[in-house]
Formats: sequence, structure tokens, C-alpha cells
Amino acid sequence: MATESLDIHIKFPLLKRPLHPTGIWGWMTTIDHKRIGILYGVTAFIMFLTGGVEALLIRTQLIGPDKDYVSAEVFNQLFTMHGTTMIFLAIMPLSAAFFNFLIPLQIGARDVAFPRLNAFSYWTFLAGAIILNLSWFLGGAPNTGWFSYAPLTSSVFNPGNGPDFWIIGLQVLGIASLAASFNFIVTIINMRAPGMTWTRLPLFTWMTFITAILLVLAFPVITVALIELMFDRAFGMNFFNVAAGGTPVLWQHLFWVFGHPEVYILILPAMGIVSEVLPTFSRKPLFGYSTVVLAGAIIGFMGWMVWSHHMFTVGLGPIANSVFALTTMAIAIPTGIKIFNWIATIWKGSISFKTPMLYAIGFIALFTIGGISGVMHSMASSDAQQQDTYFIIAHIHYVLFGGAMMGIFAGMYYWFPKITGRMYDEKMGQLQFWLMFVGQNLAFFPMHFSGLWGMPRRIYTYGPDMGWTLMNTLSTAGAYLVGIAALIFVVNMVKSWRKGELASQDPWDARTLEWSIPSPPPEYNFEEIPIVQDRDDWWERKRSGKAKTAPAAVPVGGGSGGGHGIHLPQPSFWPMVVSIGLFIGAMGLIYNIAVAAIGGAIALIAIYAWSFEPVNEPDEESGH
Amino acid sequence: MWAFLGSDCMFFGTLIATYLVYYGKSLSGPLPIDVFSIPVTTVSTFVLLMSSMSMVLSYAALTRGRMKAFRIWLAATIVLGATFLAFQVFEFYEFANHEVVVSCDDDPTKWTDLEASLAAGCLTGAAGDEVSVRGFREVEYHAGGEHGPEIEGVYGLTPRTNLFGTTFFSLTGFHGAHVTLGVIWLLSLFFFSFKKGGVTPKKNLDLDLAALYWHFVDVVWIVIFTVVYLFGVFEGF
Repeated sequence: MATESLDIHIKFPLLKRPLHPTGIWGWMTTIDHKRIGILYGVTAFIMFLTGGVEALLIRTQLIGPDKDYVSAEVFNQLFTMHGTTMIFLAIMPLSAAFFNFLIPLQIGARDVAFPRLNAFSYWTFLAGAIILNLSWFLGGAPNTGWFSYAPLTSSVFNPGNGPDFWIIGLQVLGIASLAASFNFIVTIINMRAPGMTWTRLPLFTWMTFITAILLVLAFPVITVALIELMFDRAFGMNFFNVAAGGTPVLWQHLFWVFGHPEVYILILPAMGIVSEVLPTFSRKPLFGYSTVVLAGAIIGFMGWMVWSHHMFTVGLGPIANSVFALTTMAIAIPTGIKIFNWIATIWKGSISFKTPMLYAIGFIALFTIGGISGVMHSMASSDAQQQDTYFIIAHIHYVLFGGAMMGIFAGMYYWFPKITGRMYDEKMGQLQFWLMFVGQNLAFFPMHFSGLWGMPRRIYTYGPDMGWTLMNTLSTAGAYLVGIAALIFVVNMVKSWRKGELASQDPWDARTLEWSIPSPPPEYNFEEIPIVQDRDDWWERKRSGKAKTAPAAVPVGGGSGGGHGIHLPQPSFWPMVVSIGLFIGAMGLIYNIAVAAIGGAIALIAIYAWSFEPVNEPDEESGH
Repeated sequence: MWAFLGSDCMFFGTLIATYLVYYGKSLSGPLPIDVFSIPVTTVSTFVLLMSSMSMVLSYAALTRGRMKAFRIWLAATIVLGATFLAFQVFEFYEFANHEVVVSCDDDPTKWTDLEASLAAGCLTGAAGDEVSVRGFREVEYHAGGEHGPEIEGVYGLTPRTNLFGTTFFSLTGFHGAHVTLGVIWLLSLFFFSFKKGGVTPKKNLDLDLAALYWHFVDVVWIVIFTVVYLFGVFEGF
């Protein structure tokens, strides 16, 4: 078996290694971190729009009392898929897009540590996204909410396929996230350029590192919980079977032990982006670099100690509730530290209000509002009033949309010139920011009131006598504004990408290494691996007048300059084949175990072929 | 690799936590004390620990350039790992088809709950008849056994039986899957080592990583053996 597979890629001429692929085949076999980053970004943004359409349908249904645009059943599927899509298919992979594109550039490396594993992560993520969304066409989407509490998910109460798609889809996405996280941890530890010490690491790289560690530790927990649920559903086991003594509270604990770190997985990358954007547009170094890093690490650590604040009304007892209330209040401290550091960074800076900067400032404002309502929840007794009301919806959207997504938008505008080599339309960007900013506040702020006035989440309609009509109509109007803003963003990006003004290497006069190379970066990133001498090295180099002379460099590869003789790993299709095998296997787990075995076999063979494939074909040594 | 092992720690940690949360919460038998055979599992544990030792010897031989010793010890590791898996298969089969014999005249206070529930069949049984006792299969009553009237029956612990079955088979099953993966990995390296330049004294990272994984899986088994088997059978834990 093993020795046979050694030559497997030679035996199948169809699967011959694409050495210099072009066009779509080039994208499918690419292992270039920048291309994978773009694939991640575009796919995730399409998923963001999908989740957005789901949100608009939800808001349309709730525009006034007693509407019946969608049925209660479809409504359940809509809010489940909206939550799942936005968290697992939009925000996480959008962050992953930035990780992919930027981390090697920021630390002065030619690629990530395991380029083929990186491609595998992307294709597996795509497989998971397809599986989750296929459910719409194959008997109904999951309908149990994004945290799918047991026993609502048991086969007794939910005989359809929906929860199976949810379980399997998340498992596949988990594999993708874990593979990507191992990759980034190893990359950041091992591939830093000479002189890029831990205290000189750009903030975004630092936050990526913490996020990756959180992911690596949090995802196994949800994996086990999903396995337990799957076994219950598929084999009649008893994990959450109350009749056999099982307890649904176990699901809640397992889900939130994963779920709370997950919240920081979503927000830390955005915090990293903002920590890059603010200093650039204030033309000041980040205030309190080490405290921002440390606060990020503390958030990552304390994120593990607060999960039960999602469960204050379960009845865990006064001691558990008090402890988790205290830890929840305490985690606001490192977050507050960051916010003050960001404000101090802007303070007395020479500020230019370009679109990324507007988004970064919007992030600070809206995330603070979300943070404050978060601290309100830490009071267990007060939380009991807010549990499962629209107040919670307001909170989560202020931290995830006002926080994470605003940060991601800041990042998309900020690095657009670097990624595409062209400038976006600044006027359109400014307009889009204001629409988005007003729209989301109009959408989410009234939810605080409808929540406090008693409107429960996840109801598909309400009566005219409840007094919630005005707030809901406002929210819906705001949601439409956000939708328009998203469309303008798409138009701006597509138009500018095709024929925007050409961008210079460093249009923002920025600080970190990715701006020291051309836009878009050449395939090999750095002609010479830079030797880093300062925090904000590129900025210091420009200021000390060394920018124009050749940067201090160590010789790498065979030759110097021009990219010739730089050894880059060659494209490979095996990562994609493994993902296809996983996809077939996952679908088989839902429908037919024999199909699952076929998928598993494909994946296994492809893994062997992958392991025995040399990084570079020997006769192609000087390929590039 | 270390990051992966950290991640795997959380994986097993969650499974073990689930087992402990549900420990003693089963509403019906059989329970750990009814099924575990500590001597058998001790032997299989010993086998697995020895495989860790042969793994160390294999790696040591490789780094010293003794290819033959390296292959012998690697093969020994594979065989020991496979033996452990055979033990586990045997154990699972045994748990699912466990035969119990109770002598009806014995002192009832010495019976475990499970034996007592089987002994309830003594009252209804007639010689050679098939008797029905809840939870048991193939129950037979013999009026003239070796020590007076006897009743025997087969019960099965499956993942569906109770919470113990559910959590036990999931936890040990996933550990078994890890060992299986390890065996396949080592087997691949074994064959690969015959290819020129496949595994050499200088190119030993592959084996180093596989060994790290192997030791990790062993350590997890020590925890499982202690927490599940020993705590389950000996009182006072």
C-alpha cells in the first residue's frame, strides 16, 4: 500500500502534477498563501452575503406584527443558518483570509510553514460551507439555533436531516480550522525573519497567534460534543437521552466551553487589524504595545473561565453563578485596557480620516457599546431578565457586527491596495462607511429596547398589542441600510479591482513589513529576507533614510534578486483531492455509510500521495 | 506536533470529563464492576507500555545508525500495538456477550446487583427451561448444577445499554482509533524505510514525530486505565 502509492501520481497521467498551471487550474492547485488568502476572502464574503440575505428575510418577516412572509418552520431554519453562517462561514474565514495573506508578509517569510496543508484548509472549509448550505435543498436546513441545545436536536424531536447537516458541516469546518491553526502557530514560531523577535511582532500577527492557540484548544471540545450528538442520533446512544439518565446540561457546558473562546476567536483578529490601522492613520506608534499584547493574551486565557455566564438561568447554583459573574466582570478589564490604548494611540496624532480609519474608530465605539451590555449580563440576576430576549441579540450584534465585522471591513479597505495592487474608490468607501454605521445602529440599537420590553428572541412573529412594532420596524429599516451598504461595498471592490487607480507600494505610509514590497506582492514575497531591527521596522527604515538603499539582507535560495533561484514549493492538487474525499465521506455519513467509506478511501490514498510527493520535482529545481 | 498533541489533550479531556460526569449516573446495569476484568486489561496495558519502550529503542537505534535494530524494534512496536488492539476487540466482544452464572443457593448478600437481578429468575425457573429475566438474553435454569440449582444468562453491554456503555465505548473506542492510526503510521514508516533515503539516521524527524504521537497515546491510556478501569472496580476511589 504505502510503497505502491509512492508512484501514484506518475501512474495516473490525468493527475500529473501541474508544474506551471494557469487559469482556473492554477487557482485550484495553488499553494501560494496569498492566492489562498484571496480564495478564503472571496468565498467567505459570498457566505457573508448569503448570511446577510437570511438576515434580511428574518427582518422582513418581523417588520410588523402578524406577518406571514415566511412560515415559522422556515423562520427557524433562517435564524439557525444566519447565525451558523455568519460565525463559521463568514467572520472566521474572513479572519483566516487575512491570516493567510498577511502573516508571512508581516513576519518576513516566503510562505507559511506547510503550504499544501494551507490549501487543504481552504478546500476543506469550502467543503464544509457547501455541506451546510446544501441542507436548504435536501430536506430543510438545521432549525435548532446556532447553539443547537439538546434535546431539541435528538432524533425524537428532530427526525429530519437538518441537524445532521449541521453536525457534519461543523465537523468538516473544524478540521479546516484546526489544520489552519497548526499551520499558523508553526509559521509564527518558526518562520520569522532574522531579528523579528516576539516583542517586534506586528500586533495583527500577535492576535493571530493567540487566536490560533484558542482555536486549537477550543475546537476539540466542540468536536467531541458533536460526536456525542451524532452518536446519539445515528446509533441511539444515551449522551443526551434524559430517559437513560443523560443530561442536556452537558451539551450546554461542552458547547459553551468551546463557544466562549470562540467569541474571542472571532474578535481578536479584528482587534489585531484595528491595532494596525490606528497607528498608521494617526502617524504614531501604537500606545502601550506590550500592554495590548498582554491584554490579548489575558483575554485568551480568561476566555476559558467564563463560559457558564451563558447558562446563568440553568440553575447551576448561587456559587457557580457568582464565580462566573466575577470572572466575567474581570475579563472586561483587559478589554478596557485595549480600548484605552487605542484611544491613546489616536490622541494628538496626525489623523487622516480615510475609510479604514473610519471603520477602526467605528469599531472602538460600537465594540465598547457591545462590551458595556456584556458587562451588564455579568450580573446573574439582571441577566435572568435579559436571557433569550432581543437584548441579547443587540449585544451579540454590537460585538460581532459592530466589533468583528467593522474590524474586518477596516482590514479589507486597508489592505485592498496591497492585495490587488489598485486603490479602492475613496468617496464610495466613505459613503459606504456612513451608510453601514448608521444602518447597523438603526438595526441593532432598538433591539435593546424591544428586548427590555420583553420580546423573546427566535419568535417568528408577534401581536400588534405587544408594543414592539416601532422598534422592530426601525430595526428592519436599519437592516435594509446595511444591505445597501454591503452592495455598495461589493460594487466598489469589483470595480476597483478591475480598473482602479494603480496603487503604490506603500500608499498609507504604513509601518509593517508587508508595505516594503510591491503591490501586489510577487509570488516569492521578499526578494531578500529582511533583517528586522526595530518594532515597526519599515517605518523606522523609511525615517532613517535607509529605505532607498538595499535593505540589509541575508542570501537565500541560490541567486540574488529578480526571484530567480528562489526555491518555492510547487503547486499540488492532492490537498484538494483529500478535501473532496472528506466531502464525499461527510455526505456519506449523512446518507449512506458505504459512500462514507469510499470518501474515506479517497482521502487516505490522497494523503499518502501527498506525503510522498516531493516538495519540488527534482528536474524542476530552478523553476521560478 | 506539540500543538496537535495539546489539541488532542483537549479532545480526550472532554471525553474523559463526559465519562466522569456520567460516572455512577446509569439508571440500569451493567456497571463497570460487572464487566471489567482487571487482570486482562492489566496485561493489555502492559503490552501497550512495552510498545512505548520498543519505540524508544527503535528511535535510539536509528539515530545511532543501526538500521537493522531500528527495523526490528519498529516491527516489535507495531506488533505490540496490534496486540493491544486485539485485546480491545476481545474485550468489547466479551462485554457485549458476557455470560453470568449464579448459584441460587448462595448467600444473596455476596451478589452484585447484576447477579441479584439474574437470581430473581431462580424463583420462576423450572429445570432446563428458558426463563425471562429483564436485561438478559438466553437465560437458562438448571435445577441440578454443580452446586445445586443454577441460573445462567448472557447480558450485553453495548453503547445503547446505558450511560456507562455510551461513555465507555466512546472513550475507549476513540483511543483505539488513535492506536489504529498509530499502527498504520508506523507500518507506513516501516515500509518506507526500505526505500532508499526514506528514513535515515539523519532524516529521522518522521520517526521522531510518530514516536511522540505513540507515547502520547500510551500516556492517555494510562489515564483511561486508571480513571475508568481502576476507579470503576476498586472501592474508595
